[in-house]
Amino acid sequence: MTMDLSRLTSSSRRLHLLVNPFAAAAAHSRRPISTDTSPITVETSAPFTAHNCDEPSRSVETTPQELVSFFRDMALMRRMEIAADSLYKGKMIRGFCHLYDGQEAVAVGMEAGITKKDCIITAYRDHCTFLGRGGTLLEVFAELMGRQGGCSKGKGGSMHFYKKESGFYGGHGIVGAQVPLGCGLAFAQKYLKDETVTFALYGDGAANQGQLFEALNISCLWQLPAILVCENNHYGMGTAEWRAAKSPAYYKRGDYAPGLKVDGMDALAVKQACKFAKEYALKNGPIILEMDTYRYHGHSMSDPGSTYRTRDEITGVRQVRDPIERIRKLLLGLDLASEKELKDMEKEVRKEVDEAISQAKESQLPDPSELFTNVYSKGYGVEAYGPDRKEVRSVL
Amino acid sequence: MLSIVRRKVFDGSFTAAALGQSLQRIRPAIAAARSYSSAIKEMTVRDALNSALDEEMSADPKVFLMGEEVGEYQGAYKISKGLLEKYGPERVLDTPITEAGFTGIGVGAAYYGLRPVVEFMTFNFSMQAIDHIINSAAKSNYMSAGQISVPIVFRGPNGAAAGVGAQHSHCYAAWYAACPGLKVLAPYSSEDARGLLKAAIRDPDPVVFLENELLYGESFPVSAEVLDSSFCLPIGKAKIEKEGKDVTITAFSKMVGLALKAAEILAKEGISAEIINLRSIRPLDRATINASVRKTNRLVTVEEGFPQHGVGAEICTSVIEESFGYLDSPVERIAGADVPMPYAANLERSAVPQIEDIVRAAKRACYRAVPMAATA
Repeated sequence: MTMDLSRLTSSSRRLHLLVNPFAAAAAHSRRPISTDTSPITVETSAPFTAHNCDEPSRSVETTPQELVSFFRDMALMRRMEIAADSLYKGKMIRGFCHLYDGQEAVAVGMEAGITKKDCIITAYRDHCTFLGRGGTLLEVFAELMGRQGGCSKGKGGSMHFYKKESGFYGGHGIVGAQVPLGCGLAFAQKYLKDETVTFALYGDGAANQGQLFEALNISCLWQLPAILVCENNHYGMGTAEWRAAKSPAYYKRGDYAPGLKVDGMDALAVKQACKFAKEYALKNGPIILEMDTYRYHGHSMSDPGSTYRTRDEITGVRQVRDPIERIRKLLLGLDLASEKELKDMEKEVRKEVDEAISQAKESQLPDPSELFTNVYSKGYGVEAYGPDRKEVRSVL
Repeated sequence: MLSIVRRKVFDGSFTAAALGQSLQRIRPAIAAARSYSSAIKEMTVRDALNSALDEEMSADPKVFLMGEEVGEYQGAYKISKGLLEKYGPERVLDTPITEAGFTGIGVGAAYYGLRPVVEFMTFNFSMQAIDHIINSAAKSNYMSAGQISVPIVFRGPNGAAAGVGAQHSHCYAAWYAACPGLKVLAPYSSEDARGLLKAAIRDPDPVVFLENELLYGESFPVSAEVLDSSFCLPIGKAKIEKEGKDVTITAFSKMVGLALKAAEILAKEGISAEIINLRSIRPLDRATINASVRKTNRLVTVEEGFPQHGVGAEICTSVIEESFGYLDSPVERIAGADVPMPYAANLERSAVPQIEDIVRAAKRACYRAVPMAATA
């Protein structure tokens, strides 16, 4: 996802103002949107809380370009999820659809702190994580609609997005299973001496799973570069964290493993924490990050999300902690973009999403023969059968 | 129909006697051959598995072994003896007693491209990890449309041992073979053990490799070809252990040995049994089974596991679907008793198929005996 830089060619703002008198006229109110890559430092809005380790600094190194990209990427994710909501209600998406709006800062901040050679694995709320890993809007919408153009060629669905070449290993439907799998990825990274790490994401609901502690135990014993990231949106489906966990201090639940509690609505704090965690894990083994975040939608499209929490709570978070609004305020406050520029960016994003949806709608459903493909990576010419074995059969 | 059977019996007994005499003549020749270096070697199933693991780990640095006691203990059943010393703790990993955790880790490593061999001390404990075997391993290649293949082997002893009770005697062949995306293998002899384990490790898909504790110590002859490090058996192909013409008997794992002994007894009574060693439960070699039934017209399926929804049920249905017209009698099914495995020696014996059960069923298929239940 790169910004449309066609209008912005200059390397310095002053030069731009001299060359473009129109901009000079507008300059007295706001400067043009920044592509500056010179470093600036921003403080996280909330401190980190550490368990068995020293917390990283609250001063985060960033650049104007990065901050603008945060805004655009999160706006894109937000727009994508809202569009998916409409598509689902319009019956173009079937089955499960778990939306991530509200949690965008985790996906975006994490990408800023790591590389595509590091691995991410998550559960079923994976659309935005996939996008952050380099997936395209077309791949998302086509997969959601079960079309050939989808990232899993229409055979996976909402919960089964993958992009192995940029280190995204799904996309998993079984709560908690992704954590041992993520530790396995970290095992392989260490085995092959890749000097990379794996971020295994899970929710507050999954945090009580036994296999998580089994995998953490082994990962600590074997010093694997595994980072367990609890995206704590405070509700496991309809169950609030205090009803599910005797100890909802998820960053401390690793006991012997260190942990960090992070404001998950602050993309810069997320970036800082992930950078810190990567360095830590490569040297010392596992660390737990708890991202304090929030989802605006219910658990899935069949959950209104308001039977177990109040509408006031939801609007409250939206008003005070929304990750996109936070970056918008930052950009305006630091004079790195104008309100109009940011609104134009949001309009562009909306158009991009709409175009991707039209394209996805044109993608075909998979060919009927695809029912029998990819069962095995290597078939042996053995037959596989459809519901009526005499009618439909194929050779694997 | 009966007259045909009688003729076959006559032929069978004549041939059996002649065979016995010719064997007497051949034996001294074999004894003489032993003194030459091209003699047939014997190898236990344990050594066969150990050598297969050793060779595959040597050939591909991405292959590694993990499980409880596989390293310093040299393997709970000594299958991984010597491997820790040879390959080091990075490639032979002792795990805590946490199947869900370490199986998930193994599958994750396979996602990344390594080739794990995950040992379950027995497959009874695989139930703690079954979600990872089915949902994380078997289905991933399909759900990702080919992006995430899972080159992993899950191996360990399966089925009944001796006196280990209900929780330690379950056969999982039918369970895993029901699942698309998995390959399920069940070796019998040392040749099977070597060839199928090597094939399993080299295979890019998840393979469930069902061994048998009571077979570990048994010796089988192995040819030079089998001993070669490039030896490999095809997945999905059954082996006709003994050719016959009167009745087909299918079996896998330990039951193959019992079926072969049953065939000897049947031969004395003039029934020539064809023994099929399935080797591969999924994919099932329906072609070989059906071709055999089309030749013999009778089928007995033998398995150690529980009968309902078992391997024999699938084989029976396959034969009815594809070779109904060739069956001269109903398919007979020999399986473990439909009860949790008892401990007392006499009860355990009656819970597991015995040679006499297979003989009786074969004779029933040949209209040579009336079942007890029918006379009631």
